Amino acid sequence: MLSGSVGWVTEPAITYLDHAASTPMRAEAIEAMMPYLAESYANPSGSHRFARRARQAIDESRDTVAAVVGCRPNEVVFTGCGTESDNMAVGGAVSRLGGTAVCPAVEHHAVLHVVERLGGVVVGVDNAGSVDLDQLVATLDAEPDVAIVSVMAVNNEVGTITDIAEVSRVVRRHAPGALLHTDAVQAACWLDLHTVTPHVDLLSLSAHKFGGPKGVGVLIERGGPRVDPLIIGGGQERERRSGTQNTAGIVATATALQLTDAERDTEAVRLAGLRDRLVAELQHRLDGVIETVAPDRKVAGSGHVCITGVESEALLYLLDEADVCASAASACASGAMEPSHVLAAMGVERATALGALRLTLGHTTTEADIDRAIEVLVPAVERLRR
Amino acid sequence: MKIMCAMSGGVDSSVAALLLQRAGHDVVGVTMKLWGGDSDTGCCSISDVDDARRVAQQLGIDHLVFNFGDDFDEHVVTPYIEAHRRGVTPNPCIECNRSVKFARLAERADLLGFDAVATGHHANIGRTAAGRYTLERGADPAKDQSYVVHMLDQAQLARTMFPVGGLQKSDVRALAASIDLRTADKPDSQDVCFITSTGGRTAFLGDRIPFRPGVVVDTSGERVGEVDSVELVTIGQRKGLGLPGGGPKRYVVDVDNAAATVTVGADADLLRADLVVDAVSWVDEPVVGPVRVQCSAHGEPRLATITSGGDGAVTVTWSEPQRRIAPGQSVVFYDGTDTCVLGGGICR
Repeated sequence: MLSGSVGWVTEPAITYLDHAASTPMRAEAIEAMMPYLAESYANPSGSHRFARRARQAIDESRDTVAAVVGCRPNEVVFTGCGTESDNMAVGGAVSRLGGTAVCPAVEHHAVLHVVERLGGVVVGVDNAGSVDLDQLVATLDAEPDVAIVSVMAVNNEVGTITDIAEVSRVVRRHAPGALLHTDAVQAACWLDLHTVTPHVDLLSLSAHKFGGPKGVGVLIERGGPRVDPLIIGGGQERERRSGTQNTAGIVATATALQLTDAERDTEAVRLAGLRDRLVAELQHRLDGVIETVAPDRKVAGSGHVCITGVESEALLYLLDEADVCASAASACASGAMEPSHVLAAMGVERATALGALRLTLGHTTTEADIDRAIEVLVPAVERLRR
Repeated sequence: MKIMCAMSGGVDSSVAALLLQRAGHDVVGVTMKLWGGDSDTGCCSISDVDDARRVAQQLGIDHLVFNFGDDFDEHVVTPYIEAHRRGVTPNPCIECNRSVKFARLAERADLLGFDAVATGHHANIGRTAAGRYTLERGADPAKDQSYVVHMLDQAQLARTMFPVGGLQKSDVRALAASIDLRTADKPDSQDVCFITSTGGRTAFLGDRIPFRPGVVVDTSGERVGEVDSVELVTIGQRKGLGLPGGGPKRYVVDVDNAAATVTVGADADLLRADLVVDAVSWVDEPVVGPVRVQCSAHGEPRLATITSGGDGAVTVTWSEPQRRIAPGQSVVFYDGTDTCVLGGGICR
């Protein structure tokens, strides 16, 4: 069986600062899922005791998730990933209600591409990447029939927190018939979801962003079915999401979310300190390191900078060569870096955006990681500028 | 040495990486993402990137994807469109080699600490007794690509490698097959990577520039036909000119893009005694005197003499009159033995 140290401690030489892309699974979550991969393998929809054991594990996981998120258990739908949850929320709302989808330009592509495909309206953001509320009001007033407004709680590239309560007030007033969805995939580690959930109708999570496994997402549908399901078939998840449930993944998801919730406040303080030291040290040792969003507007784990005179692709290669894992913008299907749509929407000049570097911290990040990152980054930038 | 091997996902660059690795070099494979639009051949489709990555995985070398889309737009696609608008027929693959592969990629390789960039081109780099670099034809005459890399100078050649240049294509495929590389039987790419086989050049340009109808006249000025788009007419063209059938073969002998007038004439009307070549670059020192001149990727090298130089432009006088070369085409000079590239430029 697994020992407690198994999990992420497989490559001790790696300095991993890409937690927003995926954070290592919690050892407890790995352990929690193992029985459902091995001995308790039954289909949870079955009618024998073996199946009931799996069913019970999912029911208990649903209770756990509901308690952390701040909703009723029957409002929790387990999906296949965060992208599926986003797709179901936006696509399912337009399918059910007709009308228009609205989102800000900095949304994850899992929302943005759905809104664009449905011919929806994309609104601007301020220079920190938070939705421009005046533009949102104008859009909601101009559009006669808005089905859904989708606004991310925390931006995945630059870490900006959007005040969902404020967005909710605007949406309820100017588009009373519209649903409000928030992509909270990047929020779970950093924000108390009880401060977000009451303001929205729909909320998406992704397990591998908080120490759960890849391949599990959550969609919270408050007040019962609000949107059409994306996947139909056997009627699992109370007909909200068909397909045999991923019992092991769901159990691990609940375990990871509970741990994340319990440690959130202390981790946020600890990691904000590390993040601030990282950015401050880079700015101290190098010219032209622009902190993209001020620390008081973003989550603790997000260190996003634009480094003038270097190109992200080249910098990432040198970091990779020194076993430091970071990222820039999102990668396209070929694996190439695409110019960031988030930075463009924020009004960051393209030349500046080409030097974007996203350093994101998480539960395994240590002081030594920060030391190592600084030690590698400073000479790498100097070399690329020579 | 530490070598960056440009891997397109084709068999030549796959084997190039293999040979470098076998020679004991530290090899990193790089696939360039150049074009974001529709594509069915060339280096940019996702399946080609997958092939490059899978070959790199099989060889156990790192594989990266660099996005040089902005550079490709600026230096290859936009000039291609603008040239057609002016009635000039450019070779975008050569411009990609000049401005992206052996410039942008090579600069990045240098910046990242690589000693050289390798590609799968069928060409060879040699050294003279004096230590000068030479650029030579690939060993397989049917696959020789020295024409498309003619712009390399001494400094670039010092940091460039063509590992498959000394092989026959059949040997390249056999090497790939011998270790079951997935690209062993992959067909050669033929066309411009940003132009699809379904739409072709007409659809690509039609989406980007307005086509103007043109008048077709004979050499006496008499109107004999019309064309839909003067931008798509090329010197030497015979078909698609709206001419009645029968009679002697007629060719496009001149295109006046500004006046939207195409002149057709007999084969003999195409013959020229000389041509002027602009934007000339040299592999080594500038050359004046007898040379062989090749005007397309697999064209016949013809005897000629470079009669004058200066200002980056030279005049080439054919030994026997030759058909006129379309403006924009690359003109490449080889030595008397037709082995070494001396330099080249663009037909005025």
